[in-house]
Amino acid sequence: MRIKKNIAVSDTGFIFNPSSGDSYSVNPIGMDIVRHLKQNKEIVEIKHAIMSDYVCDDATFEKDYYDFTMMLRNYKLLEDE
Amino acid sequence: MNKPKYTIAVTGLNAIDSPGPGLAIIRGLKDAKSFDVRIIGLAYEALEPGIYLHDYIDKTYQIPFPTAGQEVLFERLSYINSEENIDFLYPNFDAELYGFIKLQKHMEEILGIKMVLPTIEQFEERHKVNLYDYGIKHDIKVPKARAIYSTAEIPAAAQLYGYPLVVKGKFYDAKVAYNNEQAAQHFNKISAQWGLPILIQEFVRGSEVNVCGIGDGKGNLLGAVPMRKLYITDKGKAWAGISLDNERLLELTRNMVESTKWQGPFELEYVKTVDDEYYLLEINPRFPAWCYLTVGAGQNQMEALVNLAMGKEVEPFKSYKVGTMFIRYSNDLIVDINEFEKISTIGEL
Repeated sequence: MRIKKNIAVSDTGFIFNPSSGDSYSVNPIGMDIVRHLKQNKEIVEIKHAIMSDYVCDDATFEKDYYDFTMMLRNYKLLEDE
Repeated sequence: MNKPKYTIAVTGLNAIDSPGPGLAIIRGLKDAKSFDVRIIGLAYEALEPGIYLHDYIDKTYQIPFPTAGQEVLFERLSYINSEENIDFLYPNFDAELYGFIKLQKHMEEILGIKMVLPTIEQFEERHKVNLYDYGIKHDIKVPKARAIYSTAEIPAAAQLYGYPLVVKGKFYDAKVAYNNEQAAQHFNKISAQWGLPILIQEFVRGSEVNVCGIGDGKGNLLGAVPMRKLYITDKGKAWAGISLDNERLLELTRNMVESTKWQGPFELEYVKTVDDEYYLLEINPRFPAWCYLTVGAGQNQMEALVNLAMGKEVEPFKSYKVGTMFIRYSNDLIVDINEFEKISTIGEL
């Protein structure tokens, strides 16, 4: 699972899908996850990175991560490798 | 290098809530790098705002409504041409295009005025009433539709397509109806303004995406910019939009131009469903009111069309800037009554 190549992500958390014209804003944690996904990182690496920056337990991370990526998929921002 | 200076006449100066494309075209022409322009406005009514925008339009003449017939139009254009020596003319209303297409040869041969327009066959074939058959012929998905002439035909059409359905005028206007009563109301309102037939069309749910482009009449697409409407007015017009990176839309556009040998400007109106399928809603045989976005995105299609008519070599545009937005705004012009008096009485300003 990765962010589609043509999706533009700015440093301020603004995401633009040039195929549909839709745009979204994400908060700093969302921004971090999107950036990791852009770099094609696996969930284990992303979890490690997020948990080293934010206070969070395993279960909470996984629940929120899957919720978030589900949302990205619904908005057609993700593609499978 | 000396640039040529062309005198270009433009209709569609009604920059109102459902705007004509005239002013957007004029802005594109004023931005042209390959020629200078003198703009002649052609207006139907004295309250078309473009008439009073003297920074954009050098002189405006009133012209007769299409219902007056081609002879009257030709006579008026002959007079205007004797005053202005027009090189090129941009008709911009669906309702006036038929007359201009019919007069095209005459206007070029007798008055020396060039236009780039679809052929009468292309114009008729893509007509809303014929669009479904057009889709079958050119392998384009089009929502099912039928033309009706009386409200008594609504229940039968509704039985075929179910509710909601779309009630459309033959030239302009489209409204969604959720029951027979609403459909009848829309029928009466639209037919009173635009005449019969009225089109009853299957409703396709999705987001509206449009393409503004030009074809050279030989099957080549000279330019195309896809746009998604970001804000739609209650009249269904785009108040804001953004250029898209959408290869599928460009491919559909290329196929349409190649298959029909489309000549001149066009706007394709599509609905994109949640399953990423595209349904063609309309082909407008002219530039849309949002066409200045193509200039902003790096394709001055209005300039290219004039150069095509002048026999210059026009290279197809290869790219455009994705993510370019337009946001329309309204403004109040302060106008001296003398100006209104002049255009109302003499028909010139």
